[in-house]
Amino acid sequence: MYVAVKGGEAAILATHDLVAEARRGDPAVPEISVAQIREQQALACARVMNEGSLYDQDLAALALKQSQGDVIEAAFLMRAYRTTLPRFGSSEPLDTATMAIRRRVSATYKDLPGGQVLGPTYDYTHRLFDFALMDEGGEAPPRKAPAPLDATMPRVPDILGAEGLMEAEEPPEGDPRPFDLTRDPVSFPADRDVRLQSMARGDEGFLLGLGYSVQRGFGGTHPFVGEVRVGEVAVEFVPEELGFAVDLGDVTLTECQMVNQFQGSKDVPPQFTRGYGLVFGHSERKAMSMSLVDRALKARDFGEATNYPAQQDEFVLYHADNVEAAGFVEHLKLPHYVDFQGELELIRRIRREREERLAQEQEAMPEAAE
Amino acid sequence: MATLARASRSEIETLLGDPPDHDLLKAPETGTVMAEGRAGGAGRRFNLGEATVTRCVVRLSNGRMGFSYALGRDGRKARLAALLDARLQDEAEGSGLHQGIATLAARQASARDLASRKAAATKVDFFTLVRGS
Repeated sequence: MYVAVKGGEAAILATHDLVAEARRGDPAVPEISVAQIREQQALACARVMNEGSLYDQDLAALALKQSQGDVIEAAFLMRAYRTTLPRFGSSEPLDTATMAIRRRVSATYKDLPGGQVLGPTYDYTHRLFDFALMDEGGEAPPRKAPAPLDATMPRVPDILGAEGLMEAEEPPEGDPRPFDLTRDPVSFPADRDVRLQSMARGDEGFLLGLGYSVQRGFGGTHPFVGEVRVGEVAVEFVPEELGFAVDLGDVTLTECQMVNQFQGSKDVPPQFTRGYGLVFGHSERKAMSMSLVDRALKARDFGEATNYPAQQDEFVLYHADNVEAAGFVEHLKLPHYVDFQGELELIRRIRREREERLAQEQEAMPEAAE
Repeated sequence: MATLARASRSEIETLLGDPPDHDLLKAPETGTVMAEGRAGGAGRRFNLGEATVTRCVVRLSNGRMGFSYALGRDGRKARLAALLDARLQDEAEGSGLHQGIATLAARQASARDLASRKAAATKVDFFTLVRGS
């Protein structure tokens, strides 16, 4: 039972002032600008855009500033703002094959068309502090190759696909519009479009843990990174009043294609199967985790057992959303005075009854002994 | 429109000069477009997430309409881009405005080329170690 409680208005207003002061920190230190966060904390902005399910780098930076760097609170701000905007429609499906590549690596093929492009990554750093960053400025300008990369690079699973060794990835009959979980309630078993949307906006840490569980044996797949690619892709949209596709500009995306063994079944010969991850911004850990869990969730489609959490769509989809999860966990902080009064009464009554019963048994005992 | 979508507000402002007289048929409006992906890059469509988009429709005093659609929330940029879109339709190919657009497009292409060359500098050259003698 929930009964509205009145009061505390002055306290709430005072906490708004106090949190603003806490957010600002020491006023002797210059205030950080939204543009600085956008440019210098871009990976955090990417996470906020993903979990907030809204691509807008300025808003993500503002959300991080407003939330003191609390990523889930920032995602919540993005979600709340999104609900105030009209939706003009859906884009044409993004074509990652035309991506302007900034990074592209494969763990399955050494020599592949387009090559292995390390791009900007922390993978080959020593994870030692760079104390020079305590001071400002002084980055060496990056090197430039004499020629740009190939304009387009084939996606690695498509190379295996050409040999027939890879599970085909084709649109279903009629190329239907995808389900939208922001508009319609999800039911189970959930189709792949629902699962991918849910994971794209899901919590990175949750998906990382589930992906890790799959590797450790709670889902039994042996994955290879077929390819990770990061870069810019144009967003095309067909406005009703124009009737032709308009290029809205570029978004940064990270795509991961995970390649997994599959023993084959009665109907399907042994082949490699795919796990797919696609996310906003440069977010490799998220894209890789998503692709591991995507493959695990295909267990039912391949007639595999679904004994582990990562293979169970209801478990994954209902718990991946950190804004929902945080809301339900954190609502426990709100007043539950009346609920708790009820519980208190109940415990007291049960204890009273227990004591009475014990007392009666004590009285009855001597008679029974006679 | 692709070039204008990628141009900054100040670039558009500079190219347009003084805004011509016009009516706002659709005032600058910010909304979202749901970005779709495809499973595996080529398979079933799914909703990746939304992106902010701002659009605007103008009509010049000669009746010519101009449209703009671009990612982001810059209403002023959307209005200037719509005006430029209308003006461009009235101008002959090769005119100053068209040349200005070509310059912007070239600038964007060279920025892409530079980014690609920086990435290309991180391309791995493998060499094979030969064991034994």
